[in-house]
Parts: sequence; structure tokens; C-alpha cells
Amino acid sequence: MTAKPAGAIGAHNAKVMNRFELTKRLVAQLKRDEAVIGGIGNANFDLWASGQRPQNFYMLGSMGLAIPIALGVALAQPRRHVLALEGDGSLLMQLGCLATVAERAPKNLTIVVWDNGIYQITGSQPTASASAADLVAIARGAGIASSAWAADEADFDRLAASALKAQAPSLIAVRIDDKPAVATTDRDPVQIRERFMRGLGVKGDVVS
Amino acid sequence: MTDSQTRATTWHEIVLATLKANDVKLVVYVPDRVFTPLIKAIHADQFFTAFAATREEEALGIVTGAWMGGLRGAVLMQTSGFATIPNALASLVVPCQIPALIFVSERGTLGEFNLGQALVCKTMRPVLNSLAVENITITRQDELAFTIDRSIKQAVATQAPVAFILSPLLTGGKVFGA
Repeated sequence: MTAKPAGAIGAHNAKVMNRFELTKRLVAQLKRDEAVIGGIGNANFDLWASGQRPQNFYMLGSMGLAIPIALGVALAQPRRHVLALEGDGSLLMQLGCLATVAERAPKNLTIVVWDNGIYQITGSQPTASASAADLVAIARGAGIASSAWAADEADFDRLAASALKAQAPSLIAVRIDDKPAVATTDRDPVQIRERFMRGLGVKGDVVS
Repeated sequence: MTDSQTRATTWHEIVLATLKANDVKLVVYVPDRVFTPLIKAIHADQFFTAFAATREEEALGIVTGAWMGGLRGAVLMQTSGFATIPNALASLVVPCQIPALIFVSERGTLGEFNLGQALVCKTMRPVLNSLAVENITITRQDELAFTIDRSIKQAVATQAPVAFILSPLLTGGKVFGA
């Protein structure tokens, strides 16, 4: 019933990569002012370190809400592609949002899950995805058919390019190492939100 | 006040007309028996994009993203669901200054049969007050349109969330066996 597409690999076959390196590769593919929501912790720290695009939103709290926030932006701006970068622990906290995304089926939403199998920022306690839960299988089961593990860096690039052109929401899961983020986001929520809204053309005259 | 607000004769017609008059196009909810006529009417009206979230804090995340993208949104929930949102309020909506419009169907008072609702009801206003979130309990239909209309405008103008607690005195509430 839920047979994997030809060529799809399981989590255990995926190469362990580095979040900052892949964040840079992902951002390098963004040519159309795509919006990016960085989930709490290292996901948004590495997004911050990759270059502070005005279309980036850095989440300083509300663990688990990167995907719901991205869905809201995607509904508000259907012509702009929106990406959520979320960690495995955060996604496990709010799994229901995958079903909501599948039910709404926005054409302009891509979810990237950085899975290092640990709650890295709190002392590296193991998450359920380290041993039991397969986040891609969960996403497919929730109804996001286009969900896949990235086999290696080149595969990640291909999956991202395909997701940016897709007509349905996509999820890309990536096994990553336990290296901490390379920088820390400035903790100023109002400035982050204001800059993001200007970057999306909602406020001011920066971007149309 | 628009014609449809003036013509509205039930609490849910007034809420719907007032959301419309203020260009609130997105409604995300976790279902509630008392809000059922409002939710049905919103679904039936092409003006709105309406759907259920799996959890109330998820709904708040969605309307936060929508606001930042230029779309006004409201969240509907019952009282027990309020207990899932303080973290989203304290670490996202309030610090980011998001004018989230929160409608809570008040349970746990005036004849409640469900103990869980009753205890959450007692925490709701203290939590909102301690976060300095504007919260207004509405008991009278003749004050409903004015209260919601002005408070939505204030929320947007001051970039701050607002919670409307709709009392059983307004909605009829939910009674045992209903």
C-alpha cells in the first residue's frame, strides 16, 4: 500500500551529513525570494549563519511550530515558495502538523527535517528517531506522499530542486551529525518579525 | 458597522459578519460543540479559508505565519484547548507582537458537567492577564459586534493578540446530555 518509490532509501542507508553545510547548499538554490522558517535551536542558528536573508524567520521559542508557521505563510502568499527547517525533536513534538499540511496540500511548501537522533541543545538526550521512529514513514503515513531521505549531498540538492518546483508539499529528511550550529541568532523577536514582513513585501517598500 | 453586521440576529452571525468586515479571511480551529454553527457557517462562506488544526498551539502557529505573510487569521477553540497554548503565546505570539485573534468558547462555568473544562476555565484569565494579553469576556449579544469589531481594530493597530471569551450567557453553552 505504501510501497516506497523506486530508488528511495531508508534512514539506515542515508549518509550522515552536516546541517550547516546543507543549509548553505539549500539557501544557494533559493533564487526567487523564497521564505524560510528556521525551527527553534540549531536549525535556525545555522540558517542565521548561512546569511541573513530578509525572507528568513528565526524561531526563538514555540518548539514544534516551524511547520505550522510555514504553512501560514504559504497560505498567505501562494505564489511564494516557503520552506520549514525543523529538527527531529521539534517535529516529534508536533507530528499532527504533518497531517494538517497533507490535508491542505499547499503547492508551495517544503519541509526539511534535520535528524541527528538527539535533543542536541539540551544535552544530547536520544530522540525516538534515533532508534525507532522513521520520520519519512510518518510523513508518508500522514499523507505527504513526496517524502524522502536524502542519500547524500547530491541527492539532497536534487530533492530540494524538485521540491521547489513541485505541485504538492514535500518533505526531505536528512541524517546529520552532532556538530553544534556555527553561530547563534540575535535574540530580538520584534526585529526578526519586522524584517521578515518587510522581506515578504507585507510591510514597507523593500520588496514587491 | 456593515449591513450584514446590522442584519445579523444570532451571536454566530454577528461573529462571522464582524470577521468579514475586518478582512479576517483565515479561520483555523479545533472543534467545539458550542462553536459548531459558527464553524459551519464559516465553511459555507467562500470568503473564508477554514480548516481544523490538530492542536490549538498549531493553529496559533498557522495564524502567526499567515499574519506575517499578510493574511489576517482567527483561531477558535474550546476552554480545555486553551491549556495547550500558553507556550505559543509566551514565546511566539506575544514577543513577536502578532495580532492573533483568539475565540474561546467558555466551558467550565455556569452549569459545566466536565471537571477538566472547569479547572482549565479557572486558569484561563490568570494566564492571559499575566501575559498582558487583552481578554474580553462577552456575555451580551447587543455588545458583541461593537466589542469584537473595535478589539480586532485595536489588535491590528497595536500589534497585539486579543482573546474573546464567549460566555454561555451569550452562546447558550453546552449542557449535560446535549
